[in-house]
Amino acid sequence: MFHLMPYAALDMEERDRHPSAWVTLPNSLYNPKIGHQLYNRYLDELELAAELGFDGVAVNEHHQNAYGLMPSPVVMASSLARRTENCKLAILGNAFALREHPLTLAEEHAMIDCITGGRLITGFVRGIGAEFYSLAANPTLSHERHVEAHDLIIRAWTETGPFAFEGKHYHFEYVNMWPRPYQDPHPPIWCPSLGSSETIEWAAHPDRKYVYAQNYSAFTNVCKFLDQYREVAETQYGYAASSDQIAWTAPVYVAETDEQAVAEATEHMETLFNKFLYLPFEKLFPSGYLSMQSYKRVAAHKKNIMGGAKMETLMETGVVIVGSPETVRRKIAECHEVLGFGTFVALLHFGTLPADMTEKNIRLFAEEVLPAIRPLSDREYRGFEPAPAVAK
Amino acid sequence: MADCTESKIDIRGTGVHLRRGGSGEPMLFLHGASGVAGWIPTFQALSESHDLMVPDHPTYGLSDEPEWLDSMDDLAMFYLDFLDQMDLEGVHLVGNSLGGWLAMEIAVRNCTRLKSLTLVGAAGIRIAGKPIADIFMMDPDDLVREIFVDQSYADNILNMELTEEQLDVQIRNRVATARLGWQPRLFNPNLRKWLHRITVPTHVIWGDTDKIVDPAYAAEFGRIIAGSEVTMIEEAGHLPHVEKSEPFVKAVSGFIQAKAA
Repeated sequence: MFHLMPYAALDMEERDRHPSAWVTLPNSLYNPKIGHQLYNRYLDELELAAELGFDGVAVNEHHQNAYGLMPSPVVMASSLARRTENCKLAILGNAFALREHPLTLAEEHAMIDCITGGRLITGFVRGIGAEFYSLAANPTLSHERHVEAHDLIIRAWTETGPFAFEGKHYHFEYVNMWPRPYQDPHPPIWCPSLGSSETIEWAAHPDRKYVYAQNYSAFTNVCKFLDQYREVAETQYGYAASSDQIAWTAPVYVAETDEQAVAEATEHMETLFNKFLYLPFEKLFPSGYLSMQSYKRVAAHKKNIMGGAKMETLMETGVVIVGSPETVRRKIAECHEVLGFGTFVALLHFGTLPADMTEKNIRLFAEEVLPAIRPLSDREYRGFEPAPAVAK
Repeated sequence: MADCTESKIDIRGTGVHLRRGGSGEPMLFLHGASGVAGWIPTFQALSESHDLMVPDHPTYGLSDEPEWLDSMDDLAMFYLDFLDQMDLEGVHLVGNSLGGWLAMEIAVRNCTRLKSLTLVGAAGIRIAGKPIADIFMMDPDDLVREIFVDQSYADNILNMELTEEQLDVQIRNRVATARLGWQPRLFNPNLRKWLHRITVPTHVIWGDTDKIVDPAYAAEFGRIIAGSEVTMIEEAGHLPHVEKSEPFVKAVSGFIQAKAA
């Protein structure tokens, strides 16, 4: 189970006086006393998921916004480290290259990995466009810094020191990390993305074979990018990607019946997309954040990403899965048959979903959906077919 | 009109797209964040008394995108190579916006090939509490509107049908500007310390209604650069050389005749 930890108490009328919930939304709209309650409630929700038998709980990083109150997912993962026993703790992800000192994050990840006896999953992300405004990082350097920070951290985790790291952006005379991570050679690495060819090609490389996790997208795009991973592995690198390398993240709401699920979730789901997630184009894709080719592709669809999401459309296009336990089981199984993902990451809290409904959602998912989808394996996967099918 | 030649010249392995026209003392015009919109009337007028050169900076416009370009420091050193290789003496250096910043970075390093410096709506320093407009966060269409006082200029630009090649240039220019000026925003915290090294007559020209770089910066440059002169162009925004060609040309030529002839 994945949590974004939004500031659900946001005054939406005030929100609408600003272009988005990011970067410049005044933090006078944040009430620390409510923040105290929300953090503890959200951590309870993740702890509940861990108790109910989810394989993992996941957190992520965003800065200066109401969409997700985790500028440091390390803090959340640390808090969960001693309150959970068996499940994985997935940081999906941390933006190492936004830092001038990415080694501090690598140290913190190694600490969590040691405390939990190897339950950490490390997500490597560049950070979405808005972070480059909030943390004053140059977006035109983001790819090369991302790659260099990765190389630095893998070396710091796997090579014994001290050694000097001599990069273009990072230069450390003495790399000699105490502690080293618990897992050998290092925590599994995931690359969550909204769909970037550069990320897919990088993650699928035989030296890495990192898990690629497609974040909420229309199902046709989930197909496109997850199949692209298998395709790149096969044609470019000459190996068959394992289903363990492929993950899909989607918001899910389960209720007693389809009608009830839609009725209960609609307002909160639309709030997630239209109030919290929405970003003006220049904040989402600052200059130089994307390659020329990718930039032109997204710019051509500029009008389509300008908010105004409706529950009906979100469900039809398969961005979200909402319904009775039977419907949710069937939809996930059908998608698995087409894509064969080894991991499904369920976002069981979204937008302004209240505590009681979130708890019900977690319990229903754990009791009615999880037992049915956990055994899904390559036996149910139809196998890699280049032409993507359309979701039912 | 358009009495200029366009060619690609090679400066130490980097191809630079150069517009050049007229004769007289050499004048080098350094463009700003949005690049060069052709041989505008101001260039034509200036070329009547000067050998005017208007290059696309490396990575901008139709120039090459060299591996070595990481920062404004690199670009300033590159233009010193440019002046050396073209063997130019007594150059009147004119820079607008980001190009004004570049012109100062060149001048503080070496003034020996320069005869005068003209800064037009220049970036490059920061007055605390008066940031330069965040051209990266603004919607590009809003930015065009903010640049001009006379909105008919903005209308013309926004209504233009761009070719695929022109669109590519526009994207390249924006990326190049982000590379040079994202962090810190369009200034060099160290530049102010070295502006005393500018030893040629300096002219600071500003649109009186510049919404990108506030006219307070004109006064600030006038104060810090010894012996400099400030000229405000009335009813002009961030690109007075585009919006108010006649008074702009008069100001540039008048200063050069009086101070740097």
